[in-house]
Parts: sequence; C-alpha cells; structure tokens
Amino acid sequence: MTARAARLFLALSAARLFVEPAAAGEVPLSERRSGYEFMSRETRAMQDDDTGNPGTLWVLDGEALWKRKAGASDRACSDCHGDARESMKAVAARYPAFDPALRRPVNLEQRINACRVGRQKAPALAYESRDLLALTAYVTRQSRGLPINITIDARTRPFLEAGREAFFRRQGQLNLACAQCHDDHWSGKLAGSPITQAHPTGYPLYRLEWQGLGSLERRLRGCLTGLRAESYPYGAPELVDLELYLMWRANGMRMETPAVRP
Amino acid sequence: MARAVVTVPAQAKRGEIIEIKTLAAHAMETGFRRTQLGELIPRDIIRRFTCTYNGVEVYRVDLHPAVAANPLIAFTTTATETGTLSFQWVGDNGYSVTEIAAIRVE
Repeated sequence: MTARAARLFLALSAARLFVEPAAAGEVPLSERRSGYEFMSRETRAMQDDDTGNPGTLWVLDGEALWKRKAGASDRACSDCHGDARESMKAVAARYPAFDPALRRPVNLEQRINACRVGRQKAPALAYESRDLLALTAYVTRQSRGLPINITIDARTRPFLEAGREAFFRRQGQLNLACAQCHDDHWSGKLAGSPITQAHPTGYPLYRLEWQGLGSLERRLRGCLTGLRAESYPYGAPELVDLELYLMWRANGMRMETPAVRP
Repeated sequence: MARAVVTVPAQAKRGEIIEIKTLAAHAMETGFRRTQLGELIPRDIIRRFTCTYNGVEVYRVDLHPAVAANPLIAFTTTATETGTLSFQWVGDNGYSVTEIAAIRVE
C-alpha cells in the first residue's frame, strides 16, 4: 500500500466511525426481537402462565430466602430492603452495574453475594446453586415487564467496549464470533433451531434443555463451548463485560424473568 | 426444597367443571444417566400423584422415568361440594409432599 492509499484508507475508516457510532452489523432498534418471538406456541404458553411456568418454583423459593435470616449478623434481606416488590422494582433491569469498591461492573449474582458476605456475614452462595438462582430470580421477577435500562458513563465505558470486542471477536476451533450468528444470521437456523438475536431479557430462565433454571453466564459458557473455545469460569470479568454489552444492546426491551426457553 | 404449587379456583358453581394445575419441584432423575466417570446416577423420580376431594380420590397418575423434571400436571374435575382438595406426590428416597386447597361450591 502506498503512503497515499494508506492515508485515504485511514480517512475513510475515520469517516465510517463518525457516521456509525454503533458497530456495524448490530441489530437496528426497530428489528429487535426477544427470544420469546422465536419460540413455539406451546413454549410461549408455558412462559405466559405463572401457574404452569416452572420458573415459578424458583421465584417462590427466592421469596422464602428473602425473608429468612442468615449469617452472623442474623439478618434477612427483607430486614434492610423491606418488601422486594417495592424496593427491588426495576433494579435487575440496570444490572450489571458499576461497583465503586471493585471499580468494575458486577452482575446481580455478584451483588447478592456481596450483600451476603458484607452485610449478612454469611458465606457466599455458589454460582448456579439453587439458592443463588432462586434469590436472583425473585429479585429479577420484580422487574418483569419493565424496560432494560443500562446507563453507560465514563467508568463503565471501557468494560462495555471490552464486552463488545468479545462479541465481535472470532473464537474457538470453529473460529466464529457471537456477532456472526446473532447479528448477521438471526433469521436463520442452526441444526434446526432458530438463531435468536441473543437479547438477555429473561434470565435467570428455565431452559427445557437444562430441565432447570440457569443464569446468563451458564448460557454464555454453553455458547463458548459450542464454538469449541475454552469457557471462562463463573464470575469471570470477561463474562460480566459480555453480559454488560448484551444487556446494553437490549436496552429498552422488556424483562421477562422467569422466561422459558427450549 | 420440596416445593409444590397448586392452582385451584377459590369458588365454583355446583356441577361446574374446574381446572386444577399442579407443579412440583423435582429433578426426575431417570436412573439411566451416567456421570463423566461412568457411574450410574441412581433413579430418583416421583412415582405417584393423587388428588382427593373431601377424602374421595378423583385423580391419580403413575409417573415413570421419561417424565420431565418439575412435572406440571393439569386435570379437571367436577365441583360437587364445599371442602378441601388434597394433593400428594410420593417418590423415591422418601420424597413425599402434600398440599391442600380449599374450594367453596355454591
């Protein structure tokens, strides 16, 4: 490449960045669709009916845990936060959120565990344990129907960019990026299953394949394994950055927790 | 946690057909799966579900390993008189859960 051509290329790249603040290939706002819209009528009916939605079992367990005293301080979540239906309304819709002490975003599971360790003086709950999923589901249930509301400021922007970079980075032996399926081919199918847009509107959700409730991190780890890439451990900063990007990408979409997915 | 949820209409007209829905938290481990080390995971399922209406059995199901986890059982019965519906799930490893719901029939 001659020097002149290189300058022209750089100028064009800069112009492209200027007119497209969002990365190319992202799903336009008007075309965003929740995974719910890709499901069969039967699976939708299962999610819509609280009396038949198996996620209800975890929400009810979470409600019981919310009121149960735990740890050396002998306090329950409700002793500080009161009625979750009021105090936790719309809270999950803004997670992962910036934690000033850790100086990075934390997801809701990490926030609940920080409260358990710091305030209740109780041991942290293991990732994907029934109790942590139940509490997370109960707190997130209070945001059902409300729009996802991730605000990005100077403190969280680097983490959002890291998550975005991971989403567009080719990974694993299959050498695929998340975006190649979920931005570019979301109307298609993979092995007979619809490819969705990967909007995390309903986590923690009941997946029929799992026969149980699972977190967004469990789903992301499954996706990474599918790419034949090495998964990050639960709670890894890389996963939380990706969660932040995905939630930001779904800004304005309605929360569905506890959702049901095939 | 052995949790079960039942949904029964609080009141009904005499002779009306009512829908009852039940959901039980259970892993329904088939007994056919193996761990990564090749050891068989022992069977752990709900074997029987019964519903009695004022002491009279109105509905019963035998469950088998092919039934999915957290089984949802929905059925109908005729509202005959005011009283209680009792639901019982019985399974392997001493699993037993009982739920009671009241119904008023006019």
